[in-house]
Amino acid sequence: METAKKRMLSGNKAMAEAISQEMERDPNVFVLGEDIGKYGGIFGSTQGLIETYGPERVLDTPISETAFIGAAIGAAAEGMRPVAELMFVDFFGVCMDQIYNHMAKIPYMSGGNVKLPMVLMTAVGGGYNDAAQHSQTLYATFAHLPGMKVVAPSTPYDLKGMMTSAIRDDNPVVFMFHKSLQGLGWMDQLDEAVGNVPEEAYTVPLDKAAVVREGNDVTIVGIQMMTHYAVQAAEKLAEEGIEAEVIDLRSLAPIDKDTILTSLKKTGRLLVVDEDYLSYGMTAEIAAIAAEEALYDLEAPVRRVAVPDVPLPYSSVLEDFVIPGKEKIYEEVKSLLEEG
Amino acid sequence: MSISEEKKTAVPLEKMKWMYSEMVKIRYYEDQMVEVYSEGKAPVFNIGAGTVPGEMHLATGQEPAAVGMCAHLTKEDTVTAPHRPHHHAIAKGVDLKKMTAEIFGRKTGLGKGKGGHMHLFDPAVKFSCGGIVAAGIPHAAGAAMAARMKGTDAVAVAFIGEGAANAGAFHETLNLAALWNLPLIVVVEDNAYGISVPKKASTSVESNDKRAGAYGIAGAYVKDNDPVAMYKASEEAVTRARDGQGPTIIEIETYRFLGHFQGDPELYRDKEEVPGLRQQDPILKLKKQLLDSGMEDAEIEKMEKAAKQEVDEAYEFARNSEFPEADDALRDVFTS
Ligand SMILES: Cc1ncc(C[n+]2csc(CCOP(=O)(O)OP(=O)(O)O)c2C)c(N)n1
Ligand SMILES: [Mg+2]
Repeated sequence: METAKKRMLSGNKAMAEAISQEMERDPNVFVLGEDIGKYGGIFGSTQGLIETYGPERVLDTPISETAFIGAAIGAAAEGMRPVAELMFVDFFGVCMDQIYNHMAKIPYMSGGNVKLPMVLMTAVGGGYNDAAQHSQTLYATFAHLPGMKVVAPSTPYDLKGMMTSAIRDDNPVVFMFHKSLQGLGWMDQLDEAVGNVPEEAYTVPLDKAAVVREGNDVTIVGIQMMTHYAVQAAEKLAEEGIEAEVIDLRSLAPIDKDTILTSLKKTGRLLVVDEDYLSYGMTAEIAAIAAEEALYDLEAPVRRVAVPDVPLPYSSVLEDFVIPGKEKIYEEVKSLLEEG
Repeated sequence: MSISEEKKTAVPLEKMKWMYSEMVKIRYYEDQMVEVYSEGKAPVFNIGAGTVPGEMHLATGQEPAAVGMCAHLTKEDTVTAPHRPHHHAIAKGVDLKKMTAEIFGRKTGLGKGKGGHMHLFDPAVKFSCGGIVAAGIPHAAGAAMAARMKGTDAVAVAFIGEGAANAGAFHETLNLAALWNLPLIVVVEDNAYGISVPKKASTSVESNDKRAGAYGIAGAYVKDNDPVAMYKASEEAVTRARDGQGPTIIEIETYRFLGHFQGDPELYRDKEEVPGLRQQDPILKLKKQLLDSGMEDAEIEKMEKAAKQEVDEAYEFARNSEFPEADDALRDVFTS
């Protein structure tokens, strides 16, 4: 029997395909944001859409984030399904009132009577010297605030499947895509930015973590780039006979406790890795889950690796020092295994 | 116009010479940056690689806005600039060596390598810039407030792109500055695009000086990227601000000879556009005016040489400077 040839796509093409298929399927879906038309999105997530659906449904906006994200909310309340792009997550500051006081709260304040079926997609991540105002992930800033689903897929397959789910979901979804995983020609060329993506539409749930590597010795939880670095570190550890289980969190809110707890039962050791700031963040949340629900499964204290509570610096020497990499993960696991 | 009025509005030769040499310096600085930025990015372009990594927004062609305005400013006046800041920084007299070292990510840089090209701060000449569109406008208003509270006649100038004039911060700040009669000038550099989006697809009025009426303040429009006309419009606006007569919006029609950032494929504009714009190079125009006013070729050449030498020295300083220590990253979150 002949197996179907696997179709490989970059992260951004996978996202654009999901949006395109949903636009085809549902005339209420439309896209708006800065440079999302002819340019195809600075990170390529809307490439080809204006050519297919025209400027009525693919709208380049002025640099007016409060206006266009607020307008997306208003349109969503009327039953449209907008996909709005905030070019870099760092720009949230100019429009957070719309995002948080409105998009996230209107469904609740209306007692569930107003639905806001919208997606706010945004680019996150550093590692290419774009400095303090263009390199953050801000995962926890959004995940902390109730009323929004917050997802951050790590593979082209999930980028497509989770975008499809996000558009079909009746709740506001903040969809964070990592710049380094888009497969952009002008960034570092990473193997992880390209992957198998089926042509037909499919969904991936917005509330499930994925075990991307199985192992019995230690659990590493990461998201986006940190998942990939964790897998790379795990491969090196395997050469030394250490088997790490790597969990790709994928969804920050709601968070999939079960997958984490099941793994902890097996390994008894936990390292959480984050490209966001250390304090009050994703690493703390998962450490708290372990402390509250798996304390007696733990053989050693939980370890956390994240950006050490400083803004992202520009110079390579400084940036490399603060953003966790595979070496740091490898060393942390080695030292964790010596404990307890 | 009477003869005495004409004299009053004529640009003094010394100022013309200053503007010319600053424009040459800016152009040469950006031309060098094109080269340096491409170091280590071939054969495959990778934004995070090379001597100068990260985004790079250059101001080649946009020199007139910076020099026409800064010709009227001293180091006591404040300038805030956007993500495309080199021309403003140079015209405002920012320490060129430390600025270049910052862009190279070195310890000797303005921000010890923490800021980079979009985040340059030189408090000695009251200059700052940033990467969030329109964010510098209220900062300039605040500097204008501080000047008034301290009883000085300093003014503050916010340089922005035409795209930034559609941000809430622009409108909120202008209303506030008008209300409080602040010595604030907003210079809108219309280079026709906000990244890929043409002005007419983003802006509800033809030019942003028209929006001055909405705030009850003065507006001026400078066409053809003309440094002399910019000088004159700025003179009026700065005089108005220093005299306590309130804010002004100046929009200048300018040209972006390069992409939005280095590496921009520029698929959104016609291939013929830039060569056409280059034909109207403002530096060549000003040079012609200097020659017409009787300056000798040799004297102009001498000015050009001096300007370029300053730039060469700045790049050399940057290149020879040390990188920070890795754990310097943990310092300066709070100042001591
Ligand atoms: C609040 C915010 N939104 C979007 C951006 C992304 N961005 C950076 S520059 C730019 C275009 C700016 O256009 P304009 O103001 O005309 O300046 P120009 O680049 O033409 O000099 C955009 C959209 C940003 N940096 N900040
Ligand atoms: Mg512009």
